[in-house]
Amino acid sequence: MTAALGARALGKRYGRNWALTGCTLDIPAGHVVGLVGPNGAGKSTLLNLAAGMLTPTTGTIEVCGGTPGSGRAQLAKVAFVAQETPVYPGLTVAEHLRLGARLNPGWDDALARDRVAGLGLDPRRRAGKLSGGQRAQLALTMAIAKRPELLLLDEPVAALDPLARREFLADLMEIVAEHGVSVVLSSHLVADLERVCDHLVVLVAGEVRLDGEVDEILATHHRLTGPRREVSTLPAHQHVVSASHTDRQTTVLVRTEAPILDPQWTVGDLDLEDLVLAYLSGAAEPGRRPALEVLR
Amino acid sequence: MIWLTWRQFRLQALAVYGLLGVLAVVLVLAGKPVPGDVPLTSTDDLLYRGGFVVMYVLPTVIGVFWGAPLVARELEAGTHRLAWNQTVTRTRWLGTKLAAGVLAAALAAGVLSLAITWWSGSVDSAVTGSGTFSVRLSPVVFGARGVAPVGYAVFAFVLGVVLGILLRRTVVAMAATLAVFAAVQLAVPFVARPYVLPATEETVVITASNLGRMGLTDKGEFELLTVTGPAGAWMLSNETVDGAGQVVKPPSWLAECVPPPGRSAHRPMPARECFAKLAGDGYRQRIVYQPADRFWPLQGMETAVHLTLAALLAALGLRWVRTRLS
Repeated sequence: MTAALGARALGKRYGRNWALTGCTLDIPAGHVVGLVGPNGAGKSTLLNLAAGMLTPTTGTIEVCGGTPGSGRAQLAKVAFVAQETPVYPGLTVAEHLRLGARLNPGWDDALARDRVAGLGLDPRRRAGKLSGGQRAQLALTMAIAKRPELLLLDEPVAALDPLARREFLADLMEIVAEHGVSVVLSSHLVADLERVCDHLVVLVAGEVRLDGEVDEILATHHRLTGPRREVSTLPAHQHVVSASHTDRQTTVLVRTEAPILDPQWTVGDLDLEDLVLAYLSGAAEPGRRPALEVLR
Repeated sequence: MIWLTWRQFRLQALAVYGLLGVLAVVLVLAGKPVPGDVPLTSTDDLLYRGGFVVMYVLPTVIGVFWGAPLVARELEAGTHRLAWNQTVTRTRWLGTKLAAGVLAAALAAGVLSLAITWWSGSVDSAVTGSGTFSVRLSPVVFGARGVAPVGYAVFAFVLGVVLGILLRRTVVAMAATLAVFAAVQLAVPFVARPYVLPATEETVVITASNLGRMGLTDKGEFELLTVTGPAGAWMLSNETVDGAGQVVKPPSWLAECVPPPGRSAHRPMPARECFAKLAGDGYRQRIVYQPADRFWPLQGMETAVHLTLAALLAALGLRWVRTRLS
């Protein structure tokens, strides 16, 4: 199976600002990938590059074995729901489905109709009169009914209330299980992603900080607490993600594949959210940037 | 793609075609005016003048309301991200919209021009240039007859689309389309049209029979003296020259032949000796004009130039949609 998404030294510049730099990623097919990072980290830029809405300034990106947006065959493989979940305000829900059916050879009309009915959307209603959440659901329905190999979702749950958010993600899981589609979805909330993702990419300030499968990430990161000491005294194989000190105590978050042997440390539990936050805050401290590395 | 194009375009298309239909019915019901270069009835006069207004407004409306919002509205609302992620390339997406719009624009302008050219035919064919009406070749009439409006409408539409792609804001693109298209409409008749085919230049003796207009100042000096050219010609220049070929004002003694002296007069008939003396002193009238039979060649050329410009702009637009937009 080809990689769902592969990027080599990918960079995108807007005017003088780099939205994304030196991004190298390999995401195998069949995963649900969470793309997490603060606002302005380059999540949307990466997804837009993958959808072919943008062209890279440097480097290359391959999606499902082809250059994004390079032709009909490529467009058929990838579905993208942009952040603002665009729909045509003047067209009704039914007309959106008709649009999808006319413009996509692989359109699954039964799936689209079922979903619209399941969501309780009135087919005769104009999309401009739908709520933000309903618009997002309509845009997602169109993306799913296209039957792509890869589904790119930019902040898909941002417009949804907590209940709809949960249902949406459950729906998404169902679709992934049923149709074997790969998904890349972005969010700035780890909690949203924790439930559904088996692969995580952390983007901070246009750079990839962490990339790997969730299980592996959790297995290789440890929170260590012990008597106060300098982080420079830690073994070389332990990469410090973040460190904090009190008068007597030091807490560090390290990444290592080796077991923790030092008896002075108490090894604490770590969940994905703590870990991601450590990466995000670690980034704010200059000179303490963890090495860019693919964890696999 | 054709369905989507129609679905997004039908309101604007029906609005314009509906108005054109009403207009055509009005023209047919009113009937053609009395033939000849004679004053029109007030209804016919209104229709004759209104014909120009509508014929010049139509391409502008097509550019501003059909062309400019076509892509700009999608870019502004972000809906291009929906459209471009269906299994349709951007080239085909814009190509279909451009083709549909161009056909609709050409048809609208063609039908309207046909109706107005037909209705005004009885007036146009009788006009020689010396009466109250302007000849077919004169700047205002030329652009409202024949096939040229088709070229204008297609050009205006594509111009609007491309400015929309470039500026990405509907209202800004509409304003820019209006400004650029108006500038082109003004520039073409004055800067390009007179010179694309070499004009005919003639030096003629001023006689009582070819005298056009005379204008005198209060002091009795000449401000203006023109002669009439060949029937239906578009006069570009109409100057009095002396024996050495220099452009001069006609001699002031000529004014004495004109009753009543010292006042501007329209089409007076000076005495025969006056003209003989004028010719004897070496005064001639030099006229530069486009003859009446240039109408269709010039129409063809102007249409072709506008269609070519539209094609170039369309190619540019298709390129930008692929490479510049996100």
